[in-house]
Amino acid sequence: MDIKQISVFLENKPGTLNDMTRVLTEHNVDLRALSLAETTDFGIARFIVGDVLDTVNILKEAGYVSSLTPVVVAEVEDEPGALNKVLQVFTDHSINVEYMYAMLGSREGKAYMIFRVQDSMKATGALLTNGIRILDQESLSEL
Amino acid sequence: MERYYQPEIECASREKIKAIQDEKLVRQVKHVWDNVPYYRKKMEEAGITPDDIRSSDDLHKLPFLSKADLREAYPYGLVGVPLKDCVRIQSTSGTTGKRVVAFYTQHDIDLWEECCARAIMAAGGTNEDVCQVSYGYGLFTGGPGLNGGSHKVGCLTIPTSSGNTERQIMFIRDLNATILCCTPSYAAYLGESMKEMGLKPEDIPLKAGIFGAEAWSEEMRHDIENTLGIKAYDIYGLTELSGPGVSFECSAQSGMHINEDHFIAEIIDPESGEVLPDGEQGELVFTSIDKEAFPLLRYRTRDVCSLSREKCSCGRTHVKMMKPKGRTDDMLIIRGVNVFPSQIETVLLNKGYPANYQIVVDRVNNTDTLDVQVEMTQEMFTDNLGEITARQRELIEGLKSMLGIKAQVTLVAPKSITRSEGKAVRVIDKRKI
Repeated sequence: MDIKQISVFLENKPGTLNDMTRVLTEHNVDLRALSLAETTDFGIARFIVGDVLDTVNILKEAGYVSSLTPVVVAEVEDEPGALNKVLQVFTDHSINVEYMYAMLGSREGKAYMIFRVQDSMKATGALLTNGIRILDQESLSEL
Repeated sequence: MERYYQPEIECASREKIKAIQDEKLVRQVKHVWDNVPYYRKKMEEAGITPDDIRSSDDLHKLPFLSKADLREAYPYGLVGVPLKDCVRIQSTSGTTGKRVVAFYTQHDIDLWEECCARAIMAAGGTNEDVCQVSYGYGLFTGGPGLNGGSHKVGCLTIPTSSGNTERQIMFIRDLNATILCCTPSYAAYLGESMKEMGLKPEDIPLKAGIFGAEAWSEEMRHDIENTLGIKAYDIYGLTELSGPGVSFECSAQSGMHINEDHFIAEIIDPESGEVLPDGEQGELVFTSIDKEAFPLLRYRTRDVCSLSREKCSCGRTHVKMMKPKGRTDDMLIIRGVNVFPSQIETVLLNKGYPANYQIVVDRVNNTDTLDVQVEMTQEMFTDNLGEITARQRELIEGLKSMLGIKAQVTLVAPKSITRSEGKAVRVIDKRKI
């Protein structure tokens, strides 16, 4: 049910992110969502793409180290209180959010939130039983 | 089964070795006195004549030669024969100052190649082996020395010289090379490249490697042995004395036997110049007792190590020198503390980091900074920032307990540190003092 996020090691200095996006551009990879985490000397670029395996191979060829991490992508209403509703479900089930970021979609009135949690299965179950739609790799391509 | 190139000398009794050294030293001192005015002047200043040197027991009376003397006497000041009798020069890379140019007669070349032949046979080599020499050929002694040694043993020699990694691997595989001679950092790089190509140790025909020309740690040895599926032997030498083969490792892999029929080794206190007893750490000093063209007496190598005369399981009787901790030239003084790159390497490999690293020393606000740059690997990488920084902190702790000072650790992109095909550039010192 979950979506695999790609995480890539990057040095924290000018041009490194650009070097990576150039590689992705050359291979026509569409970034659906992107977030950066950084320390003073290095960072991790986290992103969602359509074809995960293809992209990982492209990155490997180009000399990057990367890893796959399961994340939960929830579809919410694009209106005040929607994120609060999701987080309330997590709170009720004692689910800790390690990090989160947003993703764009083309469906009218909808917004998408990406969550990294310890137990993706548990989070998915909790959200589904509360009537919140979860995206999988396949539904991602329909957006 | 242990193999020897010249068993009658390599396994001679201590009495016989001493007799050889006594005779050759007396002759060599006379030769230098008669033919090298630069050193004769030093002897005269010290109030010594050849008559004072009756045996190797008198060696300590002779004055030292240092790298500074070699620079001062450059290029011909220490040459002991007419140039018409010289057949070759070799030269150092000149990384620590002016190049050293060493001269050789045919006799000098022969004895140098014999020393290398002993090293190859100690690593198990015979005339049935295929020996790939990936040291640089040219002014650098690595290529010519091992090439000559390989010929003397009768190995099929592949003189690839350094560089062109793809071609190196192609020859190793296509011609079934069994012995590899190169710098340890290049061996590690070849191993890494073959691993990337999907080759397993059992797919690689090599069985032994003879690696030298730079300091390397035990941990690096294990790494190379595991990736290439070989036994890795250390070899030591200096251009000033001939080149590789001054000493070499045997199957015991616990120190390098010094070719004592050609070189007399001493360990001295680098401050006072006093000779230290066996087992004590100090600066290694060599006297070449058989060289004609470039006969150096009591040459201070600046290498720090100790000597051991304990009986060796290989049957050789020549004294062993322990792996030098580093050259005093390599030694960094950071915030007043002596730091050898080999110590940093030991910590890195112990903690599972790759052997490819760079040390950047700088001075910020009048304080020395030490930055150890390590490449991120696929195995180490995780999406969890906290886990990576925790490992980074653990490495900083490990370095601190080894070095006694705090170092910074910077994780850099894979393959971003330049791979060396010769001697690795480990240290970048940006301090302007």
